[in-house]
Amino acid sequence: MIRSEEVLSSRRSRVLMKGNEAIAEAAIQAGCDAYFGYPITPQAELLEWMARRMPELGRVFVQAESELGAINMALGAAATGARVMVSSSSPGISLMAEAMSYMAGSGTPMVLVNIMRAGPGLGGIGPSQSDYFQATKGHGHGDYRVPVLAPASIGEAMDLMATAFELAERYLTPVMVVADGILGQAMEPVELRFRTPERHTFDWALTGAAGRPARIIKSIDLEPEVLEKRNLALQQKYRDIARHEVRWEGWQLEDAEFAIVAYGTAARVARTTITKARERGVKVGLFRPITLWPFPTRELARLSRRLQGILTVELSSGQMVEDVRLAVEGRCPVAFHGRMGGMVPTPDEVAGALKALRGKAARR
Amino acid sequence: MNLDTRTRGPAASVEEPRLIYRKPDVLLDRSTHYCPGCGHGVIHRLLAEVLTELDLAPRTIAVAPVGCAVFAYDYLGLDFVEAPHGRAPAVATGIRRVRPDAFVLTYQGDGDLAAIGTAEIVHAAARGERITAIFVNNGIYGMTGGQMAPTTLLGQRTTSSPAGRDAATMGFPIRITEMLAQLPGVAYAARGSVGNASLIGKLKAMIRRACEVQIDGGGFALVEALSNCPVGWGMTPQESLEHVMGPVTEVFPLGVIVDRTAVDHAAAGRAIEPVVSPKANPTPEA
Repeated sequence: MIRSEEVLSSRRSRVLMKGNEAIAEAAIQAGCDAYFGYPITPQAELLEWMARRMPELGRVFVQAESELGAINMALGAAATGARVMVSSSSPGISLMAEAMSYMAGSGTPMVLVNIMRAGPGLGGIGPSQSDYFQATKGHGHGDYRVPVLAPASIGEAMDLMATAFELAERYLTPVMVVADGILGQAMEPVELRFRTPERHTFDWALTGAAGRPARIIKSIDLEPEVLEKRNLALQQKYRDIARHEVRWEGWQLEDAEFAIVAYGTAARVARTTITKARERGVKVGLFRPITLWPFPTRELARLSRRLQGILTVELSSGQMVEDVRLAVEGRCPVAFHGRMGGMVPTPDEVAGALKALRGKAARR
Repeated sequence: MNLDTRTRGPAASVEEPRLIYRKPDVLLDRSTHYCPGCGHGVIHRLLAEVLTELDLAPRTIAVAPVGCAVFAYDYLGLDFVEAPHGRAPAVATGIRRVRPDAFVLTYQGDGDLAAIGTAEIVHAAARGERITAIFVNNGIYGMTGGQMAPTTLLGQRTTSSPAGRDAATMGFPIRITEMLAQLPGVAYAARGSVGNASLIGKLKAMIRRACEVQIDGGGFALVEALSNCPVGWGMTPQESLEHVMGPVTEVFPLGVIVDRTAVDHAAAGRAIEPVVSPKANPTPEA
């Protein structure tokens, strides 16, 4: 582990930081009041960084008895209006799903970081993007969504931590930041540039009912008519988020005939493939979703009208590709290349898949 | 009914009613969803009285369980957060750590605390979390229609033990308060009962002590209240209270199980004050 004081007191504008530690420090600098965690590979360094830094800043760190404990502590702290965060890796996120649903239902803000590892089950500790469905379509029960941010570099992950707190507090919702194990474990030069979102005054925060009516934070409504209203309000919130918070990045798309759609580490592999393909005159660019939900559906749909084919690359069996196909609606062929189990696609593999797609498009 | 406190004064004439009891304001003017004869109402009242007497209500943040007391916030005028089933002690931990100034309370049933929430209650107790847990043990899952609970007595018939609880396949009732009392983080653990007026008075004293322990910074405090479930047990309210005072109390003996508030905590090897955030959050509203 790097000593935090060595990193943070550096006079250089760029320092070398490990992803997990950079994410932790970015959360601290974003004003995280309380962190609750449980050890799991490959995110343990995030917890360890918090264990040292939070107490020295007079903030709250608790290593819980389980991921269930951690996220429910976060629920309690968030209910008082504190800026809170939890982190884990895939199997731990499954346990946190229960409280995610409660927090979505009651409109309680929180940031959750998933340093994804390969599954299913205990799986392995290698990098993976196989929690896309879990992050964007599921985790807990009930009709709800949470914004999902997917950085492709450690520097971007740091920036998105502040964004995550902003979104959580603006929309009163849990927000997920998902990064595969490579982003958690790798070291990269990063700029020590942090952002602290402004504090809101919450008229719902539990502080003790002195001098005002008691406040109740809950998700239960046993009257179907009342619960439907709660659901409708949630859906309106999700429409607002989908309208205003879509984030994506395009690269080399101006003249592109083909696009690779990829996020996180897969997008970085795709960049290498694209650079090499461009050298050979192949007009291919990168479409990189940064918000996995809301997915940049309209932007990708618009782009697909002028493409001959799209290749989706993931560290999974093909999960995001379903959203790609829903966006493209058959306007052009959508191919997929992915590796599982902690394996990462190589640029050459991706180039091979791109070549196959171009052949298929030429035969159309 | 207009019971004015002035009638207590020496000038009051003998015809005027004398105030002997006043419902605490914390207890809201609502009829509850509890079944006739249920002990929850009594325990709500005791809690409301204690919070009023100790002037804790204005700074209380309470955690509601899943189970019959899921709507506790409809009857107690306190800031409340709903916890997922069994997780109230973890939720309370989060509140405690960011709000060192708050009075933090959980109200849980036996399914919530002694089955699905065992990890959360054990570790909150092990950390010596400065919270007060009110644990209502009626030996049954009432809200879902009367299934077997971890505290159901051997031989007791429930909708999920229709032939009676059989130790061979269903295990034994858990004395979780005694289990928790083993942990050095537990400052106070006691078991009372709603069986009769005298026992209710003793139960109130226990609840009061469990609240004082938190104010004094002593650590984790828990009061188990043996309660009844006339509907789930298939008894009249009176029969159910006899049952509480008879077979239930034989399995779950009454009394203070541990009181470490008098011992030297430093010598016991643990800090009394948990790590708290002194300033991270907006100050409570006055």
